[in-house]
Amino acid sequence: MSDVRVAGTGLTPFGNSPERTSRDLFAEASIAAFEDSGVPREDVEGVLYGNFMGELSEHQGHQGPLMAEAAGVQAPATRYESACASSGAAVREAVKRIRTGEDDVLLVGGAERMTNLGTAGATEALAIAADDLWEVRAGVTFPGAYALMARAYFDEFGGEHEDLAHIAVKNHENALSNEKAQYQSAIEVSDALEAPPVSEPLGLYDACPISDGASALVLTSESYAEEHDLEAPVAITGTGQGGDRMALHDREYLARSPAAREAGDEAYADAGVSAGDVDLAEVHDCFTIAEVLALEALDLEPIGEGITAARDGRTTADGETPINLSGGLKAKGHPVGATGASQIAEVTDLLAGDHPNSDHVADATTGVAHNAGGTVASATVHVLEVLE
Amino acid sequence: MSDADDTVADAGFDDWLDAAEDGAAYYLECPEDHTSLPPRRVCPDCGSTDLEELALPDTGEVRTFTVTHVPTPAFEEDAPYATAVVDFGPVSLTGQVVGIDVGDVETGLTVELEISVSETTGERVIGLRPA
Repeated sequence: MSDVRVAGTGLTPFGNSPERTSRDLFAEASIAAFEDSGVPREDVEGVLYGNFMGELSEHQGHQGPLMAEAAGVQAPATRYESACASSGAAVREAVKRIRTGEDDVLLVGGAERMTNLGTAGATEALAIAADDLWEVRAGVTFPGAYALMARAYFDEFGGEHEDLAHIAVKNHENALSNEKAQYQSAIEVSDALEAPPVSEPLGLYDACPISDGASALVLTSESYAEEHDLEAPVAITGTGQGGDRMALHDREYLARSPAAREAGDEAYADAGVSAGDVDLAEVHDCFTIAEVLALEALDLEPIGEGITAARDGRTTADGETPINLSGGLKAKGHPVGATGASQIAEVTDLLAGDHPNSDHVADATTGVAHNAGGTVASATVHVLEVLE
Repeated sequence: MSDADDTVADAGFDDWLDAAEDGAAYYLECPEDHTSLPPRRVCPDCGSTDLEELALPDTGEVRTFTVTHVPTPAFEEDAPYATAVVDFGPVSLTGQVVGIDVGDVETGLTVELEISVSETTGERVIGLRPA
């Protein structure tokens, strides 16, 4: 089976740009991805685009062809929606299409415009990733859902808010050199502990920000990369997807993510690697507790022990397995539909030595990207490797 | 929100709230003894369409909870409020904890179902009151 080359990556700055439309954001990301790849637009055979709340934030459905047009690509285009895992799902479908030989070049990515909704509006829009009738109507917000999981984790395995604070501190530290990150500011553990509560036990510094931004990737087949002599040393060698019941209360475990485990196991097997081979990972830390659940689901930490990983230095930039060297969703930002493909971009750049934090992982050859939707009723995991 | 949104019920959901208000809350069980809620046509565990309605136990126990300070607009005047996942035995439910100071809610608290209303919108809410 052919590996899928990441020929080009492109990101807009993530942050607060309420006036910018998602078509403008995606255009910028795609220009960067095409320039990085050296692939001409006319070779693109399809556009796979992730977006979650476009109907609510921009009154815009049918965004696939709109984004192809914005990117200057004349090819069929489809929007993928899987809440916060939207562009992770788009990447996975692109990988499958290239592997079957149906396509050689695809433009994949995503965008989200959120800050124009304001905090209350964005909170409402994000909440629709949960079961509207049986969760949201009882007052469950997105932070609220993760707070339910955080308390369940503390009750089952121990841990405290201060452990979570160390995750926020780590991810802010990692973002200091990432010029695309929303927050390039260091925080202290005390800042996180003293921040106003959002949904107890989670506070403001446990939550990713509300962000605008876009991501784009040019993915090609192995044969196309060779024929065109592309400089594309990093390949997506494994893909996996998992699913779970929509509502948290319908799950056997409140403090685990079986969908992410399913996705991770599939992706590892697909790539022929194991968790022990992973040198770095970008995981979906929409909330600090989510990073803990992700590490455990990916077997990067034993169940019940991920809570101390940041505090004890195992996942910091100079730890055994650096996690979220980009700053993660927490500090880099989380323009929902852009996030999954942005993680692939970050892992690619880290492995290729093109990332401001690449020096921390100079010998790394294997990276993982973990993208989750809702309270992880959807998850995609991709394994990326340096092939040359 | 349009008039239509205000008047059209959500089948399954509103029916279940009506039943709960009448003290007749229920869950579903298939011949393989898989239990589920909300009301549905197909057992999510095995695909059976032979689902029987059984009475929801009177009380449940809080599995986890959170006190939300930053709500959606629909709960603006309710905040801070406590939301809990409650284990009723055969099924679990998510609801708002009512009739108790939010600071006194704890894991393991025994609660009973009581359909409440949002202070912000007047819409019905699945409420859980200490038993």
